[in-house]
Amino acid sequence: MSPQPQAAVGAPLSRVDGRLKVTGQAKYAADHDIDGVVHAVVVDSSVARGRITGIDTRAANAQRGVLGVISHLDKPKLAYRENRVSNAFPGERLHVFQDDAVLFFGQPVAVVVATTLEAAQHAASLVKVSYDAQQPSTDLTRSPAQDGPAPFEAPYKRGDAQAALGAADVRMEMTYRLSRNHHNPMETHATIARWDGDKLTVWDKTQWVIGTQNELAAVFGIPLENVRVLSPFIGGAFGSALRAWPHVTIAALAAREIGRPVKLALTRRQMFFTVGYRPAYEYKLRLGSTRRGRLTAMTHDFKYETSRYEQFWEANQALGQMLYAVPNVSQKAQMVPLDASTPLWMRGPGYSSAAFVIETAMDELAYKLGIDPIELRLRNEPGEDPSTQQPFSTRRLGECFRVGARAFGWHRRNPTPRSTRDGDWLIGTGVATGCYDVFRGQAEAHARLDADGTAVVQSATHDTGTGTYTSMTQVAADALGLTVRNVTFRLGDSAMPPAPAQGASQTMLSVGSAVQDTCDKLRQQAIALAVEDERSPLHGVDADEVVVRGGRLHVKGNTARGETYRQLLARNNRTHLEARGSYTPEEESRFSMYGYAAMFAEVAVDARLGLVRVRRMLGVYDVGRIISPKLAESQAVGGMVGGIGAALLEHTVTDHRDGRIVNANLADYLVPVNADIPDLKAVYLDGEDYKAGPIGVKSLGELVQIGVAPAIANAVFHATGRRVRELPITAEALM
Amino acid sequence: MSTELPESPPAPPEVSQDASSSAPSRRTFIATTAVGGAVVAGGLIAGPSVFGAEPAEAVDAPPSSRVSLTVNGERRTVTVDNRTSLLDLVREHLGLTGSKKGCNAGACGACTVLVDGRRVNSCLTLAVRLEGAEVITIEGLSKGERLHPLQQAFIDQDAFQCGYCTSGQIMSGVGCIDEGHTGSPEEIREFMSGNICRCGAYVKIVRAVEQAAHGN
Repeated sequence: MSPQPQAAVGAPLSRVDGRLKVTGQAKYAADHDIDGVVHAVVVDSSVARGRITGIDTRAANAQRGVLGVISHLDKPKLAYRENRVSNAFPGERLHVFQDDAVLFFGQPVAVVVATTLEAAQHAASLVKVSYDAQQPSTDLTRSPAQDGPAPFEAPYKRGDAQAALGAADVRMEMTYRLSRNHHNPMETHATIARWDGDKLTVWDKTQWVIGTQNELAAVFGIPLENVRVLSPFIGGAFGSALRAWPHVTIAALAAREIGRPVKLALTRRQMFFTVGYRPAYEYKLRLGSTRRGRLTAMTHDFKYETSRYEQFWEANQALGQMLYAVPNVSQKAQMVPLDASTPLWMRGPGYSSAAFVIETAMDELAYKLGIDPIELRLRNEPGEDPSTQQPFSTRRLGECFRVGARAFGWHRRNPTPRSTRDGDWLIGTGVATGCYDVFRGQAEAHARLDADGTAVVQSATHDTGTGTYTSMTQVAADALGLTVRNVTFRLGDSAMPPAPAQGASQTMLSVGSAVQDTCDKLRQQAIALAVEDERSPLHGVDADEVVVRGGRLHVKGNTARGETYRQLLARNNRTHLEARGSYTPEEESRFSMYGYAAMFAEVAVDARLGLVRVRRMLGVYDVGRIISPKLAESQAVGGMVGGIGAALLEHTVTDHRDGRIVNANLADYLVPVNADIPDLKAVYLDGEDYKAGPIGVKSLGELVQIGVAPAIANAVFHATGRRVRELPITAEALM
Repeated sequence: MSTELPESPPAPPEVSQDASSSAPSRRTFIATTAVGGAVVAGGLIAGPSVFGAEPAEAVDAPPSSRVSLTVNGERRTVTVDNRTSLLDLVREHLGLTGSKKGCNAGACGACTVLVDGRRVNSCLTLAVRLEGAEVITIEGLSKGERLHPLQQAFIDQDAFQCGYCTSGQIMSGVGCIDEGHTGSPEEIREFMSGNICRCGAYVKIVRAVEQAAHGN
């Protein structure tokens, strides 16, 4: 097979769905115009633990337009079959309206359905729920911990960390605290559910149409093929839409009970109750080092939040095992079950929390030893993965730091803390490493080439804003030898060839490879048709010598001899050609595969007020091949913005007296706004990694947020001389 | 830092007044005051008084009003529930779903539209106060196939990712440019800070506003 010219991949294209998005025509979950739809509003519990003793729906039902109020008192029948496909956590998911138990503040306890949104909202406020409330336990630091769920979070040990710490030239012990964060995508979660007999269609905000399809089939006890999930546009998610939450079931249940299509959009306040969060951590790190900065030991003892009914886990151990060449390591992960809902993976899950701890500690060690923080990291670069002894597929972290240091002007830095001022502002710079796994999943795609020379390619994948529509179009266009405008990529429908969840940065590699395979097959099919066709100018040519460019097949190196797809299909009376392809990652890779980043931050801290402003940031990334440079740059600067939020602003506050989240809105849960964000720069190292996968990419979307918060925290230390081991870093901590 | 907190747990979710009560609820009160004063809008006065002690059998009927307004150049006369926000009016009743609900509390800007040329949070604007008003939503910005220069600039600069805040950002950006708050990137940042973008496209949003304002 002759390699196809790469015209689209690597070109800085604008988003193919851009026009739909700037004209308001892109349809997000709640935007779909479904005939006869009525509105549902959820009633939330106002206690965090206890039993429901009564639900008075009389006033609600008396409202004009109200079609019904559903709660556990109605004993709605739901199968809640086991779902091994898309229910990832040990324990048992929350069952909607099946009993009187209240497990967390804001738990759905009833739903009101009405013909208008106004009526449903008002009626929901009239539902009177009484409780037998108990004192909840919601404080990570004061509630009992237990071992993290096996096999996801097993104690880890290599060498003898205790002995090595005892023998180390330099020993340090620090405890770090990270607050709970909520994903808070701009689009609140929403579901429209419609039953046609025993067939269910939902328009849903989901990062996993197949996962939601499996969950709805299991909850309602109906065959998988009876459920169709559609999610063509997603207004951000950052992980919150990686599972089908209770409100998805509630929408479908309400539609079944009322007998009308039902639209249910969570309020912003409800976004803090039932769609997951990044758990708070308390993390003790001890490290030992030689005086020359070679790490000899690290111990990681940490605990994080989970719910009482599910044992949440995330990848919080990998970095401590593989990031640096540390001979002696021990890790103990514990979770703390609370009267709270279950967390869910948030951008860079596990890794970003661990990176804050490890990368702040590395800065602390650098200062203790008087070694430049970048030099310290380079001295601990491993030659192979220290946890598996596997070779790295690619690892160019050192190059990221060198390129970044030059571009950022790192050599001009006076390392002494509190040494640089600009008027009232203390100026500081800091660095940190970012690193994230290369996850890969099985994916399939379908492609159809029509007689008019255009193609439609589809896969049940997603576009949360990452740019899947565009990047897949680029891959498909090159593999088919078509221009981008002649290729349409479709996604977000469970009826399409299956794809994994859009999480863990696996979409580009997994679905991209499936698209490539599919389009390669389709192109080869067309080439085979041509070379076997006596009437084709390509008749008799070795198929491996034919390439396709701009919709025209021709002999490699001889553009004159060839014909177009249109000519080929027309002459053969074919309305279309089609192919199906896939990507399946090998069971066990021989390589250690990660993406890497060097993050640089400059901050200004008001010497009197403790106010922290980020002045500039630079990220340099080793992520393999870049399919879509314009969109990759957007991802990177977006990751920095997310990291700035985690570093300086974001903190979900719970009132531990009653388990209520007190800042469940976007005015009090602070996220970065435009005025918080300076010019941010991203540099991707040129390169490719074909050991990681067939199209040369690694992973990107998570990586770009990991390492941002510690780079800022380290810059704050450099500016002020004050080491803050808690996120977010607030003015109070610096006063 | 510990502060004195009341011992009693916070109040349960607002128990709304029974509609038969003579006291106005917060929402109807806002609706009334918003309309009262300057713009004595069409239907409201003619409609049932929200302050009046209504007979029990009228309890269920939500007060509604007739409003005539222009949306994207088209004259519309609609009967709206007095509780209906401009955002819900365009989304749920007029089929214009380009304006988005991100918080329904004026904190995020995803619902930004132009009312009489000024950018407003449509989630905080009651539809009944808009008698005679001229509303432009994202759907009314382009001239046929031709995009507004700011829409084109958003595409050129990749000033969005998920696209959910984009309608509000663009409407807000149009307002920002009309107000003349585009003298520097700092000024644009400041005057575009009522619109949250969780994907973090701010750097590019500023560039897009610059491009549209100054043609560069």
